[in-house]
Amino acid sequence: MVPAPGSAPAPAPARTFDARAVRAQFPILREPREQPLFYLDSAATSQKPDAVLQAMDRYYSTCNANIHRGVYAIAEQATAAYEDARRRVAAFVGAGSPREIIFTRNSTEAINLVAYAWARSTLRAGDAIVLTEMEHHSNLVPWHMLAEEWNARGTAIELRFIPITPQGELDLSVLPALLADGRVKLVSVVHVSNVLGTINPVVEIARQAHAAGARVLIDASQSVPHLPIEVRELGADFVAFTGHKMLGPTGIGVLWARREILEAMPPFMGGGEMIREVKLSGSKWNELPWKFEAGTMPIAEAIGLGAAVDYLTALGMDAVFAHDRELTAYALPRLAAIPGVRLMGPALERRAGVVAFTLEGVHPHDVATVLDRDGVAVRAGHHCAMPLHEKLGVPASARASFHCYSVPEDVDALVRGLHRTRHVFGS
Amino acid sequence: MSEWDELFRENILDHYRNPRNRGVLEHPDLTYEDANPLCGDRIRMDFKISDGRIEEVRFSGHGCSISQASASMLCEEIEGKPLDEVKKLSREDVLEMLGIELGPVRLKCALLALKTLKAGVYGLPQWPGEEDA
Repeated sequence: MVPAPGSAPAPAPARTFDARAVRAQFPILREPREQPLFYLDSAATSQKPDAVLQAMDRYYSTCNANIHRGVYAIAEQATAAYEDARRRVAAFVGAGSPREIIFTRNSTEAINLVAYAWARSTLRAGDAIVLTEMEHHSNLVPWHMLAEEWNARGTAIELRFIPITPQGELDLSVLPALLADGRVKLVSVVHVSNVLGTINPVVEIARQAHAAGARVLIDASQSVPHLPIEVRELGADFVAFTGHKMLGPTGIGVLWARREILEAMPPFMGGGEMIREVKLSGSKWNELPWKFEAGTMPIAEAIGLGAAVDYLTALGMDAVFAHDRELTAYALPRLAAIPGVRLMGPALERRAGVVAFTLEGVHPHDVATVLDRDGVAVRAGHHCAMPLHEKLGVPASARASFHCYSVPEDVDALVRGLHRTRHVFGS
Repeated sequence: MSEWDELFRENILDHYRNPRNRGVLEHPDLTYEDANPLCGDRIRMDFKISDGRIEEVRFSGHGCSISQASASMLCEEIEGKPLDEVKKLSREDVLEMLGIELGPVRLKCALLALKTLKAGVYGLPQWPGEEDA
């Protein structure tokens, strides 16, 4: 059993894999192209292996039918495949039961589910929510919307923020003060920053939050795809993650929550499948997890996510983490050696496979445009974390991020491209 | 250096480094400011207008080379021109001035200045070429 990477980095991997052999299983990286592709934007979305594409294709070509309804053979096959995917995801993140795995569209929908179904039925006027300055907009905007709505009707709630240090880490020294008045009912934090790659000590944050009587939501969008995670060992009450960043398709995400919390929550959206009994006068809710899965779900995508989880399990998440770490260790000094490059984020030991940087005198969009000429794909902008950039005093940054198929040649192409960018800009 | 690199240097970087008409006007007849929320590029244009002509124009703001260079090129182009002529400027005109091919995302950077100009002189706060969208 691998310890949950709440604060401590993962141990040395028991297994390793050959990233070159991995690449051969990803059509977009394998098929010849007019121009070579150096894909360094896995934090935005990962590439997909054959196994995922084939699983989805198999569903559509052999047993395409709606789930939980038809009594005929292919409907039963479809239902079995969908529910089997849920079991695989539950096992992958160490959930207590597959009933604790709620399929959503993505992390954003999972967080909104908590904001609408749990927070709006649980919070009272005067309560507070603790967030951090490091959050992706998806873990800020749902709470802004909640606060604005409640403030407008005279039941104000307060949003508090854990600040970040100039090194891009959470300043936990202020957390006790933020929790001290006992009004905090939820602490919602990102596990791994999508900009800085910082691995936050969520186990310690959850411990303090629980001691103060608050629930804990962890945005694991960047951690479940890259680190070995056991949700119950994180100490969280809710964990949100998304399929497309973990080799799965878009359109499928997950909310994990402890069963007793989900049981006590009202539904999020109303519609088919989430009900047990409907009369014209009202409805009775279905049992978990279907209470939260209204309407026809993205069946092929859930099956694709199940295949992605199998693929990652076969690689070993400890080995995936070690691979990302190795590439990050390869990239950091090579990027730092380029004149004008300023790296953002913490030291290697507290960082996942994400490297954000600026190049002096060149706007990040211009950096990305010149890099694109050589087939190097990086993200440029504020990465849906405008408050974070404002705090760090940079309007935007460029970001390279890795996954299991990334190789040192990708980093080499990035370094060459940055030299070329400097040359083009004459800096 | 590739041909693209050369074009980029000659056309874009010259204006980015040595912007024409950069600054603000003290008592402008017209001022308009716009931004591209995707990347944070921001451009403000101040106009002095007399006899139906743009007597003076200045731009200010910040952003990538393409957004700032296209503002500089556009200002250079329109100063002294009759409004009727300025109003006819199209996205194709701007892309021709820039002289390099751009993907759809960078197109927004290139057209921010024209959008600001048109909104200012014409009251049309829309992306050029998307008037019917």
